[in-house]
Amino acid sequence: MDWTQYLNPLMQGAWVTIELTIYSTIFGAILSFAAGIGKLAHNPLIKAIAVGYIEIFRGTSLLVQLFWLYFALPVAGQAIGLDLRLPPVVAGVLALSLNIGAYGAEVVRGAIQSVSKDQYEAAKALNFTPRKTLWRVALPQAIPEMMPSFGNLAIQNLKDTALVSLISLSDLAFRAEQLRNFTQDSTTIYTMTLFMYFGLALVLTAMMKVLERFVGRWRAGAR
Amino acid sequence: MLFGIEWDTSSTWAFATSILPILLIGMWVTIQAAVVGFFIALVLGLVWAALKAAPLKIISWPAIVVTEFLRDTPLLIQLFFLYYVLPEFGIVLPAFMTGALALGLQYSAYTSEVYRAGIEAVARGQHEAARALNLSGTRTFTHIILPQAVPRIVPAMGNYLVSIMKDVPLLSVVTVLEMLNVARIIGDRTFNYIVPLSMVGGIYLIMTLIASGAVRLLDDKLPKRGIPLK
Repeated sequence: MDWTQYLNPLMQGAWVTIELTIYSTIFGAILSFAAGIGKLAHNPLIKAIAVGYIEIFRGTSLLVQLFWLYFALPVAGQAIGLDLRLPPVVAGVLALSLNIGAYGAEVVRGAIQSVSKDQYEAAKALNFTPRKTLWRVALPQAIPEMMPSFGNLAIQNLKDTALVSLISLSDLAFRAEQLRNFTQDSTTIYTMTLFMYFGLALVLTAMMKVLERFVGRWRAGAR
Repeated sequence: MLFGIEWDTSSTWAFATSILPILLIGMWVTIQAAVVGFFIALVLGLVWAALKAAPLKIISWPAIVVTEFLRDTPLLIQLFFLYYVLPEFGIVLPAFMTGALALGLQYSAYTSEVYRAGIEAVARGQHEAARALNLSGTRTFTHIILPQAVPRIVPAMGNYLVSIMKDVPLLSVVTVLEMLNVARIIGDRTFNYIVPLSMVGGIYLIMTLIASGAVRLLDDKLPKRGIPLK
């Protein structure tokens, strides 16, 4: 088989990889903010939930999390009389976003804490409510600080999507494995696959750079 | 039965205690793979860092491109690549070594940055002072720069060791019997996935908490001003 004939199936897989990356990056970002802000909360219950979530998902392997959601959760659901059988795509997106969200939460927490104390004092002096302080003062300054780390995490997430092929989702890695089983032409197929992932990563990096400039536009003059 | 150890499915607790020794055998493989991979990453990362710092662009550019490529492509695909492609060139490695090599390759891209950042973080004034004292280039590097870079490099490397440990389960796809693979086999044979998989999660949590605690301790204990190498 000629290498051009591999392109079509690999492209179909790449599309699934792109979709998975987009969904899990978006859900992961939401979780990052929720858990990162939650970890700084004064309410001990919210704080405990956030810390527990972050530690569990940062402390265990993504593949363990994925297998747990895919193989163990349905059994746990059966025990309590619920149908928790997740379709592979849901289990995949869920595991990826929970995992990347835990890493992102530490980034969000760090960035919020790095906002200077004077800013909080000024907000207090101006009689801002805590919520308003967070949304109008802390986050606008913290978000540009987060962007470089978020860029790295987005790449990390793209690479991690390859794991979902192990729960039979037909992403790029899965298609490559399928083609290899069919043709035994490992060198060509895996070289192409590596370069396709590399290409996706370069595009993603460029997109994150654009986003970084966008969220930091208000301080363009300052830096 | 696995590794000659029987399991007892009479109750959840009996099952959990009976498969613990089996999982610990898997854990030992996980730790070995992580350590071997880490060692490869440390050595190879130093090579990349040295090449990237080379004054000749013809040397530094390929090194930059290669490390960027290693960093931006999934470990799983790199692993499959090594596992299936190396034998076509006559290099047949056992699955464990292929896995450790893949871990080492991917993480060498990260460790090379740690070396670079650690060395660059040493203040400019130190270079100038060494020059003013007429120290040779080698002496400046081994006696001035390196002792100050080490306390910055070691904790960062420790964090990567923890990350490598969490990536070891990937090696199960090339038939390495590490902890997660062992748990899956137990699950496949007993139709009880929840106990072994949850136990693997728990063991991982304990391992990473201990390891990151050790890294934090190391970070506190290392003198920030540098370690005399004499």
